[in-house]
Amino acid sequence: MSTSAEILTLPSRPPRFAFLRGLRLSGFPLIPTVILVGIAFVAVFANQLAPHNPEVGSLAARFKPPFWETGGTMKYLLGTDQLGRDVLSRLIFGARVSMVVGITAVIFAGVVGTTLGIISGYLGGWVDQLIMRLVDTWLALPALTFAIFLAAIAGPSMWNIVIILGITYWTRYARVIRGEVLSLKEREFVRLAIVAGCSKWTIMRRHILPNVINSAVVLGTLMLGVVIITEATLSFLGVGVPPPQPAWGLMLSDGKQSLMVGRWWLTIFPGVCIMLMVLSANILGDWLRVKLDPQLRQL
Amino acid sequence: MKQYIVRRIGYCLLSLFLLSLTIFFFVRVTGDPATLLVEPGASPDDIAAIHHQFGLDRPLLVQYGLFMASVLTGDLGQSFYYRTSVFELYWSRLPYSVMLATAAMAFSLLLGIPSGILAAVRVGRFWDSAGKVFALLGLSLPSFWVGLVLILVFSVYLGWLPSSGSGTPLHLIMPAFALGWYFAASHMRLTRSSMLEVLGSEYVKLARLKGLPQALVIGKHAFKNALIPVLTLAGINFVIMISVAVVVETVFAWPGVGRLLYEGVAFRDFPVVQGTVLMLGAMTVTVNLIVDILYAVIDPRIRLAS
Repeated sequence: MSTSAEILTLPSRPPRFAFLRGLRLSGFPLIPTVILVGIAFVAVFANQLAPHNPEVGSLAARFKPPFWETGGTMKYLLGTDQLGRDVLSRLIFGARVSMVVGITAVIFAGVVGTTLGIISGYLGGWVDQLIMRLVDTWLALPALTFAIFLAAIAGPSMWNIVIILGITYWTRYARVIRGEVLSLKEREFVRLAIVAGCSKWTIMRRHILPNVINSAVVLGTLMLGVVIITEATLSFLGVGVPPPQPAWGLMLSDGKQSLMVGRWWLTIFPGVCIMLMVLSANILGDWLRVKLDPQLRQL
Repeated sequence: MKQYIVRRIGYCLLSLFLLSLTIFFFVRVTGDPATLLVEPGASPDDIAAIHHQFGLDRPLLVQYGLFMASVLTGDLGQSFYYRTSVFELYWSRLPYSVMLATAAMAFSLLLGIPSGILAAVRVGRFWDSAGKVFALLGLSLPSFWVGLVLILVFSVYLGWLPSSGSGTPLHLIMPAFALGWYFAASHMRLTRSSMLEVLGSEYVKLARLKGLPQALVIGKHAFKNALIPVLTLAGINFVIMISVAVVVETVFAWPGVGRLLYEGVAFRDFPVVQGTVLMLGAMTVTVNLIVDILYAVIDPRIRLAS
């Protein structure tokens, strides 16, 4: 009796928020998420939020300290830099640079790496050999040095940096995704698709891709921190985002000039912003990895 | 074994080939390399002369052959700024990089291994959580910012340590910390997980059943085996440190290879940039090869598995 009743009550369609239920929101890193969403909000509404123009300063107001220090004014809440530009406004617009560069570079690397990973894993044979040898050699090279070289040759520009970061970091996706595809392609549903006469491309697109998206998203979240630090490093070294654009790494580079005379606000504030963003991305990525993807736990 | 080593050397040569190819073509795809080879402000006649002198008017394959021939004979060109051979410059700076990397490595191991063991022994307790926070910060803070904050605190406010340069052991403390924190975090994580694995193994359980004191079980039986993967990682990390040190060396004006690369970029001294990247890449690939071979010699499972 009870078994038939159970069969009758089986849901006819999957529950609407099965995905969320799978996440089981216990231990959800709320604060990091709020910080990331906050930074994204600031990045989108930078024009409305920033009290001053981030790229134009007044030389009369150079090196003003934050408002609570002697000599500071409420006009420049977090002080001004060597050209009299408002630090707060530059931080706000810097969030936009970090977000745009970080997210587009992660997506760029992700699309390239995932595509090649799927092709490599599914087709196998010489294609697999070729792509994996490429990945191995790429991973053997020092990533940061390589990125500095490319950036120095290509010249400073925000979009060059996105492409360079993508070129530098696609390999990490390719290797993980290929490993997943190797086990996926032995599964029943893929074999059935082959029997049903689907072409290789259809199988890769319709059957393999949706099953590796989870891993790609988790990797992407974890890569966001790495990419943002690399962007800041390149900007700090003068081969990243070109001045006068307000990038956090660039602000640190400017601030270094007057560090020895104790103008701490030019060094502390941009660094804290980078730290908050990277720390949040890392915590969120770690949590997602454990929740969504048991296979990635050992990463 | 012989086959394994031959194949590894093959991969290594492939990596080096790919590195040279990338450097060679990227320079030519993104613009006229002649403009990079002459000093800023050169006349069109100078550029034409450079074109001819370096064979830039010849077919790409011939150019690549010439490029490789000079690289293989150790000729990486002349620095515009220092007016000496890039090869010599690199070797004169390398000892400083090795010194900094040694100090940073010592710091990262002295901090990473004991804290990793402590975290594994007290898993889920206070020291484990403290270790997690330390590791997370180490992996999330850009090393150059750590360096800047250290300068602000210990040089500007407290006046205890010199902010830049080299010469005394005191000069080494802050750069080694800024560079080593990230690696201390990764060494700590690996020590912890490796130690947890060993602590759960049969022979450790047996040692406990024999009634050995906790200190002896951890110090003698578990620790030695847990250390192997950590030391392997440290070996590879040592070379990575030398390349990653670019930013830390820039912050502290430490005269290593990384600083040389930065100077090359800042002064638009192209031969220095190209030579340093080539040398750093070659060094990384070679050390990876040596570690792979040593590992296969020590552990037969690896050469059999591949």
